[in-house]
Amino acid sequence: MTEQTSTTTAAGASPASDRPGPPPSTRGSSGGGFLSGSVGRNMGLVVAFALLCIVGIVTAGDRFASTDNVVTILRLAAVVGVVSIGMTFVIIGGGIDLSVGALVALSSVWATTLATQAMAADTHWIVMVGTAVLVGAVAGLVNGVVIAYGKLVAFIATLAMLAAARGLAEIIANRRTQTVRDESFLSFFGASPLGIPMLVWIFAVVAVAGWVLLNRTTFGRRTFAVGGNAEAARLAGIRVQRHTVALYVLSGVTCGIAAVMLMARTTTGSSTHGTLLELDAIAAVVIGGTLLVGGRGTIVGTVLGVLIFTTLSNVFTLNNLSSSSQAVAKGVIIVAAVLLQQRVAAGRRQKRSGKALPPTAAEGAPAGASPGVPAP
Amino acid sequence: MAGTDVSGPLLEMQGIVKTFPGVRALGGVDLDVRAGEVHCLLGQNGAGKSTLIKVLAGAHQPDEGVIRWRGEQVRLSDPQAAMSLGIATIYQELDLVAGLSVADNVYLGRERSRFGLSRPAADQRATAELMARLGHPEIRPGTEVGALSAASQQMVSIARALSQDARLIVMDEPSAVLDNEEVERLFDVVRDLTAQGVAVVYISHRLEEIRQVGDRITVIKDGRTVATGLPARETPTREVISLMTGRTIEYVFPQRTERPAASAAPVLEVTALSVPGRFSDVSFTVAPGEILGLAGLVGSGRSEVLEAVYGARRPSTGEVRVDGRKLRAGDVAAAVGAGVGLAPEERKSQALLLGDPIYRNITLSSLARFSRAGFLSVRAEKAAAIEQTEALDLRPVDVDREVRTLSGGNQQKVVLARWLLRDCRVLLLDEPTRGVDVGARSEIYALVRALADRGVAVVVVSSEIPEVLGLADRVLVLADGRVMADEPATALDEHRVLDLVMQGLPSGATHTTEGHVA
Repeated sequence: MTEQTSTTTAAGASPASDRPGPPPSTRGSSGGGFLSGSVGRNMGLVVAFALLCIVGIVTAGDRFASTDNVVTILRLAAVVGVVSIGMTFVIIGGGIDLSVGALVALSSVWATTLATQAMAADTHWIVMVGTAVLVGAVAGLVNGVVIAYGKLVAFIATLAMLAAARGLAEIIANRRTQTVRDESFLSFFGASPLGIPMLVWIFAVVAVAGWVLLNRTTFGRRTFAVGGNAEAARLAGIRVQRHTVALYVLSGVTCGIAAVMLMARTTTGSSTHGTLLELDAIAAVVIGGTLLVGGRGTIVGTVLGVLIFTTLSNVFTLNNLSSSSQAVAKGVIIVAAVLLQQRVAAGRRQKRSGKALPPTAAEGAPAGASPGVPAP
Repeated sequence: MAGTDVSGPLLEMQGIVKTFPGVRALGGVDLDVRAGEVHCLLGQNGAGKSTLIKVLAGAHQPDEGVIRWRGEQVRLSDPQAAMSLGIATIYQELDLVAGLSVADNVYLGRERSRFGLSRPAADQRATAELMARLGHPEIRPGTEVGALSAASQQMVSIARALSQDARLIVMDEPSAVLDNEEVERLFDVVRDLTAQGVAVVYISHRLEEIRQVGDRITVIKDGRTVATGLPARETPTREVISLMTGRTIEYVFPQRTERPAASAAPVLEVTALSVPGRFSDVSFTVAPGEILGLAGLVGSGRSEVLEAVYGARRPSTGEVRVDGRKLRAGDVAAAVGAGVGLAPEERKSQALLLGDPIYRNITLSSLARFSRAGFLSVRAEKAAAIEQTEALDLRPVDVDREVRTLSGGNQQKVVLARWLLRDCRVLLLDEPTRGVDVGARSEIYALVRALADRGVAVVVVSSEIPEVLGLADRVLVLADGRVMADEPATALDEHRVLDLVMQGLPSGATHTTEGHVA
């Protein structure tokens, strides 16, 4: 586990360090093993990330390419990164979760109430972590049940949760910021084992765990199937509804973890935590190559997406550019990345199907029958 | 055929061929339509009707063949080209904008305007005139289309066609969504149109409608015209059905296996199964190694029976037992767990992950076998998939290839491999050779027989009666949702099955609310 973790961080951090040179594709294929395929597929992102780092070095020099700055970037990437991993699963599974920011707020507030903190003081700070994760999981469960069994569109269901969860967080916190008092909690999450902040470690562990879950388990395979063709998955004997619920619970759990990380970083729990986090997470997932319609996506792409956005902010900040211009650049990057991916995907498909007819013809029902799906 | 006519045919299509990757949807279709006639296009699901009308609408380009319009050769390069000639198509899924008014829909894209400002009043007046001409003045131009009934929406589509001065209107199963009275009114409109010289190509599965409104019939099957220019009123029903369901090519069916006379206990027992409005009181058993065929026309409930057995459709009464154990109704996962597999009719939308490699499609229902504590072994998956593809002679053997790139026959083999891998006890096949090239069909038949010989209980549904008779050991004939016969295949022939099917058809020429065409 530890070895894999360090590979991820190394792959992510290396271009940001003093060697901006060629993207770490060779490293991936020779040593990484599990990274090789994914890095190849995400070559465009790797190149974009490398270019961004070059821009950073050229414009900000050592202020960008310092160990401190790299650590700062990773620390900032950690919270949105963890949420994005959960979001990747939901989107590959054919859904969307707009409530993640609100769930982070609710979890952070619930885990820092006087009652929870008192209980934690009597026992162990792990109670606070458990509370945050549990709150996220239960809220995700509600999302999942409403979507899978109530047949609500995911967009609407999670939009409702977004409003409700943040409202509940405000009620619980009485709109006040709650301070984390537990010193051992703060010192644990504030530590930097091997010189890398605990938050970055958590992000790395979540990312690797997400990668394994998506690519090496039946759960991951079923996620692709459910998002790719829910009807085919159902008729293949997969319990699609149950699986959908599990995906939203998973997203909720990552929100709980992100809440803990925010509590550690800001030493507070607040109903304003995670505002607009859902947009950052979705943007990272989408530029990472995950299809919004489901059935396709990678964890490595999502991690790169998160790193690209975080590095972009960092470069802009180092150059004293306003956050408004950052937002404009972000928008441009999203569009450019997705356009590029569509090109690449179309090219790849053409190459694979050889001299066959254009893809549009392939989509058409060849037997000329309307695909009447007799689902009850 | 109509060439001797003074006027000549309005539309002539000759030798139309259209190929999609992996399948030949049209393999030589001829059609000629005269001005002022109702020309009925008949064919089973998948015969190629929809592809043909898409060619006629300019939505698909034929690979070969000639289209003549009023004696002149034309190219229908896009829908606009077809429309400007005067060919309008009214699709099953109406292409209207629900949120716009009737008049807006009729003149969509061709709104009258002056100085860049639209003139809704002019459109509304013209629309009101069209509706009056169609005998439906009650459809007001200002009404929102989404608020109209399906029948009225069809009238809006027809009005749109007329507003473009259509000389030929193609109606794709217009009666599928209408009740009796609405169908009668539609027929009145069709008769008025033809009296004005407009030709109508009418597509329907319902023979009694064709008797009522049609002039001539063209039957297509397997993407070819098997009969054209038949008189719609005089041609015997039996002949029409036989043309639709009969075989055009001699297939090689595998030898039946001699089985010990009903010694083995049945694997699949279906008792008094009913789905309201689809079929009622269907019972049968299938022994290990036996192939049961379900024969019947579209709407007879044959596919719905399979879906109910599989748990994809919840029955109102009855039960399904596999190896004596009752299955939970309406639960696909339970059926799969008990060893039931389904190769559905719409392979691409209901069975396959088209963008995924072959091996993932094959192992999808057996993931538990390749995992330990939830962790998958891709190596074991691929090894098992290769074993299956070799056993099924699925080419190419490269299991990393996307399923999308395979031919229809090989895609069907992928679905079969999925269930073979599970060692399933019961295999349900819905139209197993749909979209499979004629040449590859014998191979599928041989495979199904080989599966049965391994002790699997197989149920086959097919629109083609010879296919059912040739492949199955025993045949259940369904008509209008009822079992008409349950007999050994050798005791039946095509004539007998047709007789049974016709006995079960709703009597009289009146329209009935038979099952919706699936």
